[in-house]
Amino acid sequence: MPKLITGVGCPYCGSSCDDIECLVSDDGKKILETRNACVIGNEIFHHVSSPDRPTKPRMRQADGSMKEVSYDEAVDFTAKALIKAKKPLIYGFGSTNCEGMSAVARVAERAGAVLDNCASICHGPSFLAIFDNGYPSCTLGEVKNRADVVVFWGCNPMHAHPRHTSRYSIFPRGFFTTKGQMQRTIISIDPRETDTAKLADYHFMLNQGHDYELFDAFRTVLRGHDIPAEVAGCKREMIIEAAEKMRNARFVMIFFGMGCTHTDGRNHNVDIAISLTRDLNTHTKSSIMAMRGHYNIAGPGQVWSWQFGFPYCIDLSKGTRAHMNPGETSSVDLAMRDEVDCFVNVGTDAGAHWPIAAIKHVKKHPFIAVDPNICMASEISDLHVPVRVVGVEEAGVVYRMDNVPIQFKKVIDGPEGVPSDEEFFDRVYTRMCELTQTEPMWIPAKGHAKASSTSEH
Amino acid sequence: MATITLKPFKTPELIIECNNITPDAFAGKTPAEIAELEIFEGKVREKLGDFFSVTGSSGNTAAETDILIDGDCSRVKYLGSKMTVGTITVNGNADMYVGGWMKGGKIHVKGNVDSFCGIAMEGGEIEVDGNAGNYVGCAYRGDWRGMRGGTIHIHGSAGNDIGTFMLGGTIIIDKNAFIHVSTHAEGGTVVIKGDVEGRVGGQMVKGDIYVFGNVQYMLPGFKEIDRVQKEIAGESATFRHYIGDLGERHPKSKGKEIYANLYVKASA
Amino acid sequence: MAEILIKNGFVIDPSRKINGDVMDIAIKDDKIVDKVGSGAKVIDAKGKVVMAGAVDVHAHVAGPKVNAGRLMRPEDKLFKSPDAQEHYRMEMGFSIPSTFKTGYDYARMGYAFVMEAAMPPLHSPHVHEEIHDTPIIDEAALPVFANNWFVMEYLKNNEIENAAAYVAWIINATKGYGIKLVNPGGTAAWAWGLNCLGINDPVPYYDITPAEIITGLIKTNEYLGLPHSVHIHQNSLGDPGNYTVTLDSLKLAEGVKAKNKFGRDTVMHSTHIQFHSYGGDSWANFESKAKEVMDYVNSQKNITVDLGCVTLDETTTMTADGPFEHHLNNLNHLKWANVDVELETAAGVVPYVYDKNIKVCGIQWAIGLELGLYAKDPMRTFITTDHPNAGPFIRYPRIIKWLMSQKAREATLASFKYTDKVIDATNIHGIDRELTLYEVAQMTRNGPAKSLGLSHMYGGLGAGLDANVGVFNLDPKNMPSDPEMIEKALLRAAWFIKSGQIVVKDGEITNHGNKRTVWVNAKVKENPQVMRDINEKFLKNYTVAIGNYPVWDSLAPNPLVIDIDVEA
Repeated sequence: MPKLITGVGCPYCGSSCDDIECLVSDDGKKILETRNACVIGNEIFHHVSSPDRPTKPRMRQADGSMKEVSYDEAVDFTAKALIKAKKPLIYGFGSTNCEGMSAVARVAERAGAVLDNCASICHGPSFLAIFDNGYPSCTLGEVKNRADVVVFWGCNPMHAHPRHTSRYSIFPRGFFTTKGQMQRTIISIDPRETDTAKLADYHFMLNQGHDYELFDAFRTVLRGHDIPAEVAGCKREMIIEAAEKMRNARFVMIFFGMGCTHTDGRNHNVDIAISLTRDLNTHTKSSIMAMRGHYNIAGPGQVWSWQFGFPYCIDLSKGTRAHMNPGETSSVDLAMRDEVDCFVNVGTDAGAHWPIAAIKHVKKHPFIAVDPNICMASEISDLHVPVRVVGVEEAGVVYRMDNVPIQFKKVIDGPEGVPSDEEFFDRVYTRMCELTQTEPMWIPAKGHAKASSTSEH
Repeated sequence: MATITLKPFKTPELIIECNNITPDAFAGKTPAEIAELEIFEGKVREKLGDFFSVTGSSGNTAAETDILIDGDCSRVKYLGSKMTVGTITVNGNADMYVGGWMKGGKIHVKGNVDSFCGIAMEGGEIEVDGNAGNYVGCAYRGDWRGMRGGTIHIHGSAGNDIGTFMLGGTIIIDKNAFIHVSTHAEGGTVVIKGDVEGRVGGQMVKGDIYVFGNVQYMLPGFKEIDRVQKEIAGESATFRHYIGDLGERHPKSKGKEIYANLYVKASA
Repeated sequence: MAEILIKNGFVIDPSRKINGDVMDIAIKDDKIVDKVGSGAKVIDAKGKVVMAGAVDVHAHVAGPKVNAGRLMRPEDKLFKSPDAQEHYRMEMGFSIPSTFKTGYDYARMGYAFVMEAAMPPLHSPHVHEEIHDTPIIDEAALPVFANNWFVMEYLKNNEIENAAAYVAWIINATKGYGIKLVNPGGTAAWAWGLNCLGINDPVPYYDITPAEIITGLIKTNEYLGLPHSVHIHQNSLGDPGNYTVTLDSLKLAEGVKAKNKFGRDTVMHSTHIQFHSYGGDSWANFESKAKEVMDYVNSQKNITVDLGCVTLDETTTMTADGPFEHHLNNLNHLKWANVDVELETAAGVVPYVYDKNIKVCGIQWAIGLELGLYAKDPMRTFITTDHPNAGPFIRYPRIIKWLMSQKAREATLASFKYTDKVIDATNIHGIDRELTLYEVAQMTRNGPAKSLGLSHMYGGLGAGLDANVGVFNLDPKNMPSDPEMIEKALLRAAWFIKSGQIVVKDGEITNHGNKRTVWVNAKVKENPQVMRDINEKFLKNYTVAIGNYPVWDSLAPNPLVIDIDVEA
C-alpha cells in the first residue's frame, strides 16, 4: 500500500511551505504523487527519482573527461585540496540543511577557508543594510493575521514564491483579517508590470534604479514635508496617497526583493526601506521582510552567526579569528581579484549564477562541486560529489525567509551509498585531521537518526 | 627623521595582508628585524622580507620614522592601518584599507587606492594622487561611528559610499564621485569638486557636503533654502544651499531642528 | 570517567553551611562522593577556594533574538574578539559572543548551568540548535507565555486547568523548563504598536489585564508543580518611576504557597530587578528606588530576584519586551531589530552604550549594586547582568568585586563625569556592606539552584550532587587587598570540573565536556478541549504545521529530563 506522508517541507523557495503531502511507494523509495506543492516544488519531489541522477562522485581526468570514483577518493581529494590551498573558498548552501552548514563550518575553520553563501550574490546587500540599520520584522503569520497594507518592493512572488501570496501575504484570511484579500491594500513597486503588480491596488512603475529616491520621497512626505512633482518617474499625488494609506493602516508589511538589492545603491535601498519601516512605527505598526530565495538560505545566516558572529563572507584564514567585510571577503569579489586558490561549491550552482569572468578566475584552481544534481558547476568541476536531497531524502532544520526554523522531515530513502552533505563533510573533516595529524574537535553530534516527526501530541 | 625603504620584488600569488607596515611597527627596528615582521597570504604566515627588500633605517620613535615604498602595492592590503604618527609614501598603487582606523601621521599614495581607504579614520592625513575605489572614509560594517577626524584628499575620482556614517573630519574628491555621499552622516565635511550621479546626503542627520559640479539626481528630501557665498577647499564660490535629508530624524538645538547642509555650486 | 580528589582547598558550600573549612572534595564519574580510592587524580587546591559549579538563573545566550543581535552587530566582533585557543573553535564577539565563546567563557568562570531566559515557542528548534552548539555548560530554556493568545484566552475565563494543559503541551513541545513572563500583555499590545505600562492596563482586544495574566500564570505554575516558579520581567521596564509598577506586581505573589516536589518554596522570580527599581518621572529627576524595592523583597519570603547589574560597557539590549526596544531605539537612534512572533510573543534588539560619563548610566550602575547590598537574604537574591542587556556575563566577576569591596565601588563612582549627581540620586556612596564569599556562593550557586528546583543536582558540594566543582585562586582567610584580584581570580578558574570532567585548567579550556540540555516533561490529564483549540489555531492562524512544531529529540542529543506527573 502506498503511504501518504503529510506535513512535508518543500525544498524550493523561501516560503518553505510545510504542508506538502507525498504519496510514497510501498518500498519507500519513490514519490508517486505530491499534493499542495506549487509546480516547481512538485518537480523537485519527482526529480529525485530521475534515472539520470548521479550516485557516484566523478573526477576530472587528464584528458578532460570525468571518471567515476569512490566516496573515499572524493573525501581524500577534497581534504587535500583544502589543506593545500592558501585561501580556499567554500560557497553555496542554497539547498542544504543547517546540519550540513554546521559540518562545513567546522571544515572551513580547520581549512582556513572563506565561508560564504548565496546571499553574497542575492540578499547580501540586505545583510549590509541590517548591519547599518537593524531589521524590524515579524513572522509570516503576523502578516497573515494582521497586515492590511502589503507592499511588494522589487519582488514578484507570483513567479518567484508561488504560494507566498496564498499562504501569507495577499489572500489568506487570518485572525484579524477575516476578509482576506478584500481587507488588504496591495502596493507594488516595480519598473515592470509583473503578475504581482497586476494584483496591486497601487502600482508604482518607477524608473529602474531609482528606488532610493522613491523611498526618500515616502519618508519626506510622512514627516510632513513637500516633495517635487515627480520622483523616480512617479507622480507626487500618488506618492502622497499611498503614504497616507500606510500611515492610516493598522499593520503595514513591506516585502522587498532583488529589485532593491540588485540595482544601484543595493544595500542602501534596503537600508532606507528599513528607515521607512521605523518611521511608520511612530504612526502605526509596520514590519519589513526580505523575500529570501531558497527554502533554507536564511539558514547559513543563522548558523554562522551563532558560530562566528557573521552571516556570510566569513574569512577564517587567520585561524584565530573570523573577519567579514563584504566588498572584500565576498565570493565574487574574491574571485575577480584572484584572492582564492580553491573553490568548493555546495548545494548551489555558481556555474549558472556567477558572472562568467568570476568563474574563469576560480577555474584556475581546484574546483569541487557538492550537489545532488548535474548542474553547470558540476560539469565544469574537477570533482563532483553527489549527495542526498535535503527535505526529500534527508531530514534537517531549515530557516524560512522569516527566520522561523522548520524541521523538514525525510520522505524517502536516498540512493544507496550516497551521503548527506553533513556526512560527506564530516568525513572530509576527519580526513583533514588524519592528514595533518591533529585531534578532531567534535561538539557532541546531533542524533543522526532523525525521526520524521517525534513527539506525539 | 629616518627613512626605511621597502622595495617590492615579488608579486604574491594571492594577496598579502600587511598590518605591520606602519611607522609604529617599524620604529626602533633594524631593516633585518623589519624584514622578519609577520604578514599573511591567505592562511600562510610569511615575512615582510619575502616580498620586500628593506633598506635604510628607522627612527627611534614612530614620529621620527618615514616609510617609502618604492613600487607597486596593488596586492598589498592594510598599508598604514591604525598608524598614529610618522609618514608612509607609496610610489605606486595600493590595495584596500590604506590608512584604515588611522589616528595620526600622513600617508601619500602616488597611484590609485582600492576600496576602504581611510575606513573609520580618527585623525591624520591621507593623500592619493590617483583614483580611489569605493567606501572612502566609510564606517566598518554595522558601526554607527564612521570617520571621526583627519583629512582624506583624493586627487582623482572615487566610487560609491563616501563618508558613510561620517562624524567628523574632511574628505575632498577633486574629480567625480558615483553615488551615496555622506549617507547616515552626523557630521564632517565632504567636498566633491566634480560631478556626482546622485543620492547625495541620503538619511543624513548632520554635516556638510559641497559639490562644485553637477548633482544629476537630487534627493527629494533636500530642499533649497538660499544662496550663499562660501570658501571651501581653497576655492570660493556661490552655492545653492539645500537642507536635508528631510525624510530623516534631526536633533533639535534651542527648539530648532538642525539639518545637514548640501551646497551645490551655482552655475554662473 | 574516573575519580578525582580535590585536596586541601578552602571549601565554601552554603548548601551544607560550610564556610571556608579546609576539606577534600571527592568525585567519582559524574557525581560528588564521600571518598575515592587511592588511584584518584589529585588536584592540589591548597590556598585556593573551592565552590560548586555556579548556576546562572537568567541570561540571553541562545535563540533568535540573541542571534539577531549577533547578526546585526559585526562591530561587536571587530578588534573585540580574543584569539582562539589552539585546536578549539573561534571565540567571536564581545557583548553577544558566539555559542562557542559562550560555553568556553562560562566554563572559565566555573559555571555549570545557564538558563536561557526567553524562548519563543515557535523558534524553539532554533534555541535548541544553539544550545547544542554551546559546549560544556548545561542549559535549559524558559518558553515565554505572558502574551500568548491561548494563555490570555484561558486566563481571561479563569480556566487554570486549561491553561495548565496548554502550558504543559508547550513545555513538552519546546523542550522547555518553566513559565517565563515578559511584559505581560504589553508585548501582545505591541503587535498593534501599543503597550501596557501598568498592571491594570487592559490588553487591546483580549479583555484581560497584566495583573490577571500574572496571577493566572502563578496559579498555573503551582497547579503543575513545576521545578521553577514563574519567572517574570515586569511591565514598564526601564521607565523612570516604574518601581511602583514593580511593587504592584510583586504584591500579586502575597499569600501564594509553593507546591512542588523540588524543594522550592518561592512562587515568583522577579528578574533583572535593577531595570524595575527606578524613581523620578523623567530622565532629569531619575533616581534610585532600590531600597524601597528591596525592603519589600526582604519582607516577602516567597519571592526571589536577580539583579541585572549595569556593567558600564557597550552592549546589546535584547528582550521579548518589543515595545521597550522600540522606545529605547527612539532614545538612542541606533539600529533596531524586532521580531513579532505569531500568536506568541515578540522581541527587540538595540545596541546600547552604558557610558560612565552619562548620569543616567551611572545611576543605573549604582541601583544594581544597591539592590545586592540591601539584600537581607542572599539565598533569594542572585547575581546577573541580564546578559547582555545590562552588560555581558563575563562581567559577573566584576559585579562580585564591586559587591565585595567598598573601595572598588567608590573608585568606580569617583571615575564618573557626574559623580556628585549620581551620589545625589542614589544611596551607593557610603554603603559599607561588603559581601562575603559565602554570601556570593549563595547568590551564584546555592540560591539560584534552589529557586530553579535544581538543588538536588547543582549549587552544592554534598555527596550525590553533580560533580561540578570550581577551584579559584582566592584565599578566603586572606582576601587580597587589591579588589582587582577578586575579579581576576573569578574570571579564570584555576580548575573547573564539570560533570566529573576537567574542562578548565589555569583558565584555559581543556575539554569540550559533556553538555546537557535540561528540560521538563510535564504529564497532565488528557484535555480534549485544549487539544482541539491547539489544532484549530494551527489550521487557521499559524503558518507552520502542528506536526513540525515539537522539537525533535535529535536536537537535544544529551537530555536531562525532569518528569512531572500532575494528578488532577
